[in-house]
Amino acid sequence: MINFTLNGLDVAVEKGFTLLEAAKFYGIELPTLCYNEALSPYGACRLCLVEVGIPGRSRLVSSCTYPAGEGLYVRTHSNRVIETRKLLIEMYLATCPGSKTIQDLASKYHVTRVRFKQKHEECILCGLCIRMCREQMQAKAIGFVERGGFRRISTPFEKKSEECRLCGGCMYICPACQARCQGPQEKSAVCNACLNLSPPCLERFDEMMCYMDPCVACEQNSRGEKSER
Amino acid sequence: MSAKGHCLCGEIQELTRDFNGSIIGVLHNIQEKYGYLPENILREVAKETGFSLIDVYSVATFYKAFKLEPKGKHVVCVCTGTACHVRGSDKAVEELSRMLGVDPGDTTSDGQYSLETVNCLGACALAPLVVVDDHYQAQVTPAKVRKMFQEYAANSSEANLPAGR
Amino acid sequence: MSFLQARLRSPEQFAAMQQKLRLRRESNERYVAICGDTGCAAWGSKNIRAVFQEKLDNLGVKEIAIRFTGCLGLCEYGPIVVVFPGEIFYQRVKEDDVEEILRETFLKGKVIQRLLYEDPLSDKKYVRASEIPFYRGQKRLLLGKHWKIDPVRIEDYLAIGGYSAAVEAFSGLDREQIIEEVKKSRLRGRGGAGFPAGLKWQECYETPADKKYIICNADEGDPGAFMDRSILEGNPHSILEGLLVGGYAVGAEEGLIYVRAEYPTAVEKLKLAISQAEELGLLGDNILDTGFHFKVSLSIGAGAFVCGETSALVASVEGRVGEPRQKPPHLAENGLWGKPTVINNAETLANVPLIFRLGSEGYGRIGTENSRGTKIFSLVGKVNNTGLVEVPLGMTLREIIFDIGGGIKEGKKFKAVQTGGPSGGCLPESLLDLPTDYEDLNASGSMMGSGGMIVMDEDTCMVDVARYFLRFLKDESCGKCFSCREGIGRMLELIDDICEGTGSPGHLEFLQEVARAVKDSTMCGLGQTSVNPVLSTIRYFEDEYRAHIEESRCPAGVCKDLIRFEIDKELCNGCGACLKSCPAEAIEGERKKPHGILDWKCTRCGICLETCAQGAVLKK
Ligand SMILES: Cc1cc2nc3c(=O)[nH]c(=O)nc-3n(C[C@H](O)[C@H](O)[C@H](O)COP(=O)(O)O)c2cc1C
Ligand code: FES
Ligand code: FES
Repeated sequence: MINFTLNGLDVAVEKGFTLLEAAKFYGIELPTLCYNEALSPYGACRLCLVEVGIPGRSRLVSSCTYPAGEGLYVRTHSNRVIETRKLLIEMYLATCPGSKTIQDLASKYHVTRVRFKQKHEECILCGLCIRMCREQMQAKAIGFVERGGFRRISTPFEKKSEECRLCGGCMYICPACQARCQGPQEKSAVCNACLNLSPPCLERFDEMMCYMDPCVACEQNSRGEKSER
Repeated sequence: MSAKGHCLCGEIQELTRDFNGSIIGVLHNIQEKYGYLPENILREVAKETGFSLIDVYSVATFYKAFKLEPKGKHVVCVCTGTACHVRGSDKAVEELSRMLGVDPGDTTSDGQYSLETVNCLGACALAPLVVVDDHYQAQVTPAKVRKMFQEYAANSSEANLPAGR
Repeated sequence: MSFLQARLRSPEQFAAMQQKLRLRRESNERYVAICGDTGCAAWGSKNIRAVFQEKLDNLGVKEIAIRFTGCLGLCEYGPIVVVFPGEIFYQRVKEDDVEEILRETFLKGKVIQRLLYEDPLSDKKYVRASEIPFYRGQKRLLLGKHWKIDPVRIEDYLAIGGYSAAVEAFSGLDREQIIEEVKKSRLRGRGGAGFPAGLKWQECYETPADKKYIICNADEGDPGAFMDRSILEGNPHSILEGLLVGGYAVGAEEGLIYVRAEYPTAVEKLKLAISQAEELGLLGDNILDTGFHFKVSLSIGAGAFVCGETSALVASVEGRVGEPRQKPPHLAENGLWGKPTVINNAETLANVPLIFRLGSEGYGRIGTENSRGTKIFSLVGKVNNTGLVEVPLGMTLREIIFDIGGGIKEGKKFKAVQTGGPSGGCLPESLLDLPTDYEDLNASGSMMGSGGMIVMDEDTCMVDVARYFLRFLKDESCGKCFSCREGIGRMLELIDDICEGTGSPGHLEFLQEVARAVKDSTMCGLGQTSVNPVLSTIRYFEDEYRAHIEESRCPAGVCKDLIRFEIDKELCNGCGACLKSCPAEAIEGERKKPHGILDWKCTRCGICLETCAQGAVLKK
């Protein structure tokens, strides 16, 4: 067992626990966007920040990737954590305002203004879809490409991946809904199935599980019927 | 140097000869051979080395040294490192970009010139620095860039640039 | 060189061979050192060497050797040629001068006045290199070797005592003793953070494992710095020796040098150096029959600044995307291929043999209480003597920039010096007396970093400098952490506003707030330090930010949206040179009559300003 201090309490967790798991175990809630119990932790969204170390010599770390260590002094709701987290949520809201998940976060953490310029992106690059594809579906159809400000999620050579089985796991897990089918557009769609189906969708449609049901592009539902919208 | 058509088995063997678990060395080999990373070769290499295609593609796009498109016949490279920046390299980039009609990182439509930027070539004393096909042009200014380039285009067959001071 | 061909079988054989080489070297000190480093090569030093070789062959002179060396420091004045004996320093040598140097200096012992270095401040000429103020103020423990050795000849390095530290280490000392010695010398990492090298080795040494690695970090991504490259190219064996000692100390049998792809020459020199050392039996299996095995291989980077960060470097060596990972677990427990790994910067490793040569106490006497030894800085920007300088740690910035660097170019006014690269900060004139010591630099909001030192004069806009580094980092961030990727982009957005004159008074406070959040919430050093250029420029040059925001004015005349070009009707003689040169066709006027600039067409490239011989084009 690992003994450490969590928000002033002496706690003990099993070896191998991360700080996020420890906090959860003790009933402390931390916001997350890139974490899922079924997938390996990645530490990209930075929302699960906690302060580690004694006051004056502490730093903020992402609790989802930080292993619980003997004698740590951890605070999950210090002023520093709360302020930083609020600014991050503000930045999320300014970047990806269309996501319900992010809107909910903002309201829950009292983010009431956005001082940044408003953007309308659809992906926060949390990488959940990639890990889903890889770890749960064993497919490795999508991944990060490029880097820095240009980083995106895509398929090899921006074409439909041969490894993609159209399982739809990526769309299922996405917190910002980018991976939802956007119809036949080379740049944005991850599965791009509809691009490669000819004539559009009809024959092989029941292979495809579009989470937009019915699909906004081909206007068919998952049973292949034309919708009446 | 077409990378299409015939069987690539021999070439792939050659390119992956010093494969030691890291794909980066192989990509360097490919780039050295073709000047860029052709898609069909990457697909073959992924099969040969057992990497998934997306991992190869991620690595190829992450690192600046790798190009997925063929470069121009001549490469014009402007250093935009800090030392060159404070001595005004951005003006040289703008001027070249205007003259060639391409953005940094692109190649002219006739495939003659690629305009590239690089972060420090380690010759900061010569800042700002422009390198055209391995010829160093030191302490450039927009006017000097124009002049040098016109001369260069005029006698590019000789490809001889004066070492300017 | 018959005695260099056989593999050495014992420390005694090694000592005997080294002694022979030393004696031979002492008996013939007639040689010419031609700087072959990138800077001088760009000035044409390769041709100089060819001409020297040709003339020597023609004359049939055998006893004058040519050493095509690593960087000799004063890159601004290249190509540099130093004649030995006598250390006669010639600068800006041309091919036509070669014959004269051979005839006058070598044969008659005469100095050629025209080629001597002239101090820009005092107009005084100097003959011997060590008298030149640029060299006199330095302590060139590492760089000083450059003009004694040709990097492609291992015998040069051996003749000046090379590899004796390594041989002493694994033939006579315990691992603990070595680590103790390095700890006592208080050598700190030269790659950035300044972590004590001895402690790092100890951590790795104490982790039990069947296999361990030692890696030399020669990624040097800091734009505007080339210290590591100069060592790699000028003295590659010193790095191999450092690796050998380090590898032996931590118990690693495999060493790796991670070099960036932009340094093809360094790669070539290293490959050669490794094969030479292997041939002599100084690397490989059972070195000098002491039972110690050590292999060194190269790993070539592929152009990513973030791969200088240790965990990203490991990812890159393993062939993955260079994303840093959360530490702990530290590399000393879980590094390359999951094994304990220690990563040292190239300059740190080059210092290791020195510690053994000078003794930890002798070494520890150099520098300040907390920062021992010397540090190489790459002194570049608007300074007269651009080049590499090596000084004892703790020397003040003023001494480095003015005494050694020869002051600011063209008699302009000093404005700021940027240390630490993209992770560092800009320090103003009031801090010129700050010692270059790890702690002092950190406290001032900058950092030691890897040793870049970029001098800026009154024509540099500090807001633009902050913008430059943010652009750099936005591109170079791996993009994993939202706070780094998006945060840097957002800071850049705010600074762009300021540079374009659309900033509001609230921008400055907000920018600082974002910066603090980015610093706190990012995982690796890149994001955490990315805010330093912003915060330090705001801290020391707030007025300049305010001028941009409140008066829409760029005091240095750099930010394009805030400047305007005009032609002084009085001064213009209507020669038409500007009209012809203007790429935007924004200038009009009849010949012999004053011209004018069409502001709406003008792209502010400044070519007209450069072209006008009358000085009639004004920047407002
Ligand atoms: C973004 C980033 C870039 C870095 N780049 C380099 C580099 O180019 N060269 C280097 O030696 N260290 C670099 N470092 C520092 C290394 O992470 C590490 O501290 C150093 O190599 C350790 O060696 P040392 O203890 O000998 O300094 C970088 C760190 C960060 C965070
Ligand atoms: S949940 Fe920890 S960083 Fe995203
Ligand atoms: S900054 Fe351009 S060569 Fe170093």
